[in-house]
Amino acid sequence: MKCSTMPPAPVLIALLAATACEARPTTTTAESTTQAATPAPAPQASPGITTATAPTTAAEPPPVTAAELADHAAYAKEAGAELKKLQNDDAQWVMPAKNYSGTRYSTLNEITTANVQNLKVAWSMSTGTTKGHEGAPLVVGSTMYAHSSFPNHVYAIDLTKPDHSLKWQYTPEQDERAVPVACCDAVHRGLNYAEGKILMITLDAQVIALDANTGKEVWKSRNGDPTKGETITGAGLVVNGSFIVGISGGEFGVRGHVTAYDVRNGKRLWRAYSTGPDAELMLTDNFNAANPHYGQKEQGTKTWTGDAWKQGGGTTWGWYSYDPALDLMYYSTGNPGTWNPDQRPGDNKWSMTIWARNPETGKASWGYQMTPHDAWDYDGINESVLVDLTFDGKKVPSLVHFDRNGFGYTLDRRDGTILVAEPFVHVNWAKGIDKKTGRPIEDIEKRTKQGVVTKDICPNAMGGKDQQPVAFSPRTNLFYVPSNNMCMDYEGVEVKYTAGAPFVGANVAMKPGPGGNLGELLAWDPTTGKKKWGIKEKYPAWSGVLATATDLIFYGTMDGWFKAVHAETGKVLWQHKVASGIIGAPMTFKAPDGKQYVAVYAGVGGWFGLPVSNDLSRKDPYAALGAVGIADKSGLYEATTKGGMLYVFAI
Amino acid sequence: MTEKRKGPARLALLVALASAIFPSEGNADASASKNVLRVCGDPNNMPFSNEKLEGIENKIAALIAKDLGWELEYLWWPHQRGLVKRVLNTERCDVLVGIPKGYDLVRWTKPYYRTGYVIAYRKDRVAEIRSMDDPILKTLKVGVQVNTPPHLALGQRGIVGDNVVAYQLMFDSNAHPEDYPGKEVEDLMAGRIDVALVWGPIAGYFQKKKGASSLVLVPIEEPNNAFEISMGVRKANTELKTRLEQALDRRRDDIRAILEDFGVPLLPLTASAPGGAATTPDGHDGKRKGGS
Repeated sequence: MKCSTMPPAPVLIALLAATACEARPTTTTAESTTQAATPAPAPQASPGITTATAPTTAAEPPPVTAAELADHAAYAKEAGAELKKLQNDDAQWVMPAKNYSGTRYSTLNEITTANVQNLKVAWSMSTGTTKGHEGAPLVVGSTMYAHSSFPNHVYAIDLTKPDHSLKWQYTPEQDERAVPVACCDAVHRGLNYAEGKILMITLDAQVIALDANTGKEVWKSRNGDPTKGETITGAGLVVNGSFIVGISGGEFGVRGHVTAYDVRNGKRLWRAYSTGPDAELMLTDNFNAANPHYGQKEQGTKTWTGDAWKQGGGTTWGWYSYDPALDLMYYSTGNPGTWNPDQRPGDNKWSMTIWARNPETGKASWGYQMTPHDAWDYDGINESVLVDLTFDGKKVPSLVHFDRNGFGYTLDRRDGTILVAEPFVHVNWAKGIDKKTGRPIEDIEKRTKQGVVTKDICPNAMGGKDQQPVAFSPRTNLFYVPSNNMCMDYEGVEVKYTAGAPFVGANVAMKPGPGGNLGELLAWDPTTGKKKWGIKEKYPAWSGVLATATDLIFYGTMDGWFKAVHAETGKVLWQHKVASGIIGAPMTFKAPDGKQYVAVYAGVGGWFGLPVSNDLSRKDPYAALGAVGIADKSGLYEATTKGGMLYVFAI
Repeated sequence: MTEKRKGPARLALLVALASAIFPSEGNADASASKNVLRVCGDPNNMPFSNEKLEGIENKIAALIAKDLGWELEYLWWPHQRGLVKRVLNTERCDVLVGIPKGYDLVRWTKPYYRTGYVIAYRKDRVAEIRSMDDPILKTLKVGVQVNTPPHLALGQRGIVGDNVVAYQLMFDSNAHPEDYPGKEVEDLMAGRIDVALVWGPIAGYFQKKKGASSLVLVPIEEPNNAFEISMGVRKANTELKTRLEQALDRRRDDIRAILEDFGVPLLPLTASAPGGAATTPDGHDGKRKGGS
């Protein structure tokens, strides 16, 4: 449905159009910064205009009692065992990143470098929606659980049936006002499984548990208010009977938080904020004891002026990982909330921070801020992958994170100590990271300022890598990193308008980085911080990556090529053109027929793909925060069309 | 769409079917063939517009419709993110009555007035504030909407501390009508803040219509704090743009009377104004200082 050809009809058509005609984001930087507000469907009765009733959606849960907390703590000891075991069964794929470490590595070995050229589509299925498709389906037992972009359909696909028919399908009731406030395409990053339930988060910030066998709602709860700009695109993670859930909406001054829900009943167990007083940050007494220079007490208020931390941003829309041995979960926070950096002098902690928390108590043992006082929208939410690496002959429990700011970090995941911090793409806003202080060594010429033109900042606001997750192979000890190669000019002013008051914002013009290719799949050594090889891509490499024990690396491109390459050399061994550009994450499983399959969503979108998935006019290059201009110049409008499809491949 | 999906979407589908079966007036030039001025109106955003047709833009729309001899129809939709794409460009309505010239999601008419952000304070509580450089701003409690030009001007002066009270630009006039931009001036009148840096027409409305006679309004003389206001139509709708410009020209004096009635602090239009209809600062009740 094209917005410009929508037939006029009463207001409800406009409601329907909400799913097809997302608002143009109107600011300078992504998933961050800005002004706009929540449009709502007009319920007023006017001649010929019908009033809609609001859908039945979840309410905020009541406060949890001490007894309920104690009960959950007792239950959690048992509850964690199921997923800790299932994550290692490579026939299945029971959580977003395959395992708690987030490696997206599978030991399945039927598809090899020798036979991958015979890989063919086994079956495919339309997801029924046309916004971008991120994340991966789950496989639990003999059922595949697939999801779509807004309105977040869920499909249970029977893998025992040759026709792959549906056991059930489910679509949550949602507040459609969430759509225009979602920053960068109404995407969804996937489902979780635990104890016979499918756990999902909706764009309008509900948390829902479904019976995995029937698709019936078991409980639902509410994690945010979309009329205040709070939405959710992330998948969350189930740890020890808690469903860990983040929040999006930093561009509306939402104060970020992470929240744990009881998998059994949807009760809210704890909520830890990204900014504000220590009690609300939920810090342990010895927080950052190993690295006091990272900041310890009262940093969530003192690194802000006044009460600006209340609109502090630091949202939590990315991926989560968990180390059962240390009993710590890891995630990171987005950019600070107020758009203009001049208005929030200070480091703005704990935006842009990698956190380690105990999943049962919510308490944080360490936090490391990567980009203090952000002025570029280097939203820090990318995944942290947990691997054990060897430094000076010693095994170190490590955490590897490729940030939007262009640096690849290897930290000691016990306490956050920096082991390696090197640029993995072309970076010029900082000359490096001072490992003693943990702070970037900034080039002051590249710090953006409202009303001042700053040219050629690299990477651009989409970052050296956006949310698309990396994979790690323990066979090569390399990370496989889908990266962007783009720079930006931060320039000029543009008239904006909301609710009767006009104002101005900066334009961001995006352009290719050195070499002209917009993306590259990198093989990266996390112990040295060096690239081993790279495959240059015409478009940003915006899909996730899968690694297998047969030295195959799978990833997709925005123009719709699904590729298998050699993990050692980067040689492309196989590729197949699918229906739409790929921004999803490939996964693999063994079906009841005993064969290995590889699955991936097609469905272009996300920030860079928004111009295509949302039919944005190419006449306005600054639209979608600058994505239209560069997407148009790159040829994306000709290279692919929108539409969500699930593809499943086999030999 | 699954059978579980109820409510608006299902209704919408029915409506869509109905309009397919009974194709009615509705294409791009519905307003021209039916002679209806179809306004995209905010249901709850005074002083500009509300459903009771009490706002500045309601009065101006009625005036222009009357001038054209057209009927007036509203589609009520909050003037927030998604307005143009979801309502104007889907041809649910044809005209935005007041948008800043240069707002490039739409085609704008020649501007018909110009106003700007002001420093508003109560003269019974604050002696005098001349400009954004007045050092007293560092000591008073200053309200401002986040990310607006005066917010930037404060930041540039290092006024970022505890004394700045931030108001959100984001408000949903259906779900949270109480969060409208006028709340900042309500807080000023109630003494919760000492100074409001606010869009001029909002402050002027309180001064003129809501009995806030103690209010003093000082225009902010900073770059990007004043804007020319136009009507907006779809980019392709050049015919309607021309009709509106002609009507705006004819009704220049009446429009000015409406704006003055609402206390809008008017600034001179620049040379591109229709018919060179430059208005001048006209010494509303508030002081006008700091320049010509």
